[in-house]
Amino acid sequence: MIASILAGDTRLYHDLIRPHERSVYMMALSFVKNEADAEDIAQEAFLKALRNLSTFRAKSKFSTWLISITLNEARSRLRRQAIVRMESLDDPPDDGGVVSPALLRDWREIPSEAVERQEICQMLREAVISLPTIYRQVFQLRDVEELSVQETAEALGISVPSVKVRLHRARMMLQKQLSPLLKSVIPGPKRRWLPWL
Amino acid sequence: MVIKCKHVWGYISDYLDAALPEDIRLEVQKHLDHCEICSAILDATRNIIIITADERVFELPVGFSERLHARIEMELEEIEGH
Repeated sequence: MIASILAGDTRLYHDLIRPHERSVYMMALSFVKNEADAEDIAQEAFLKALRNLSTFRAKSKFSTWLISITLNEARSRLRRQAIVRMESLDDPPDDGGVVSPALLRDWREIPSEAVERQEICQMLREAVISLPTIYRQVFQLRDVEELSVQETAEALGISVPSVKVRLHRARMMLQKQLSPLLKSVIPGPKRRWLPWL
Repeated sequence: MVIKCKHVWGYISDYLDAALPEDIRLEVQKHLDHCEICSAILDATRNIIIITADERVFELPVGFSERLHARIEMELEEIEGH
């Protein structure tokens, strides 16, 4: 499809990007935490990808290439606006210690239908948004967009071991924060007290 | 080698991704088989990853797609004009 676009069938670009709208927007949102800014960054990233489509090399995946453009766009915008704190100062380093999970004796499965409840969705969103940026990005690409560890490393320009460390911390942080909350809003069936047990 | 809960917590992410070396995976599995706390942590982590990644949690803003494609169309018209 890319070859056809470059050969002049430019309207195909609409179809090319449709499957990637969500991942690009989500990546932008993981930087700015603000819907309007994330939309601006996403639009700009898609326009840049269009203008630079001839430089795309088929050896990488189009989705990974788009994510890299989005990340660059987000970073340069934040630098321009000077609203971002330097990542090295704000975000914990990769060797930032062990994240202990929330200790549980049992876990009752939260069904996927639970996300139809607004308060549950809100809780999940807040937990992801509250992750430090370097963990949020890895979680977003690996667990939400389902990129491979290798693709995530490539898109973020970091090593595979760094992806694994950050992903582990992100997951543990979410478990620690969310499991007590989810357990309290989605209680299991009332325990029946059996005197002979 | 007998591994303790704290070691297992460090392996949870790789365990979920099936990325542990076989010898460690077996040790972790053995531990999980008898430790209700670690297996609850594992279940909770897996469950939380799945529901957080649900598309309904983070939705695109209303009209996002229309605005994006309108802007792309303007750009394409401009490219063609040159």
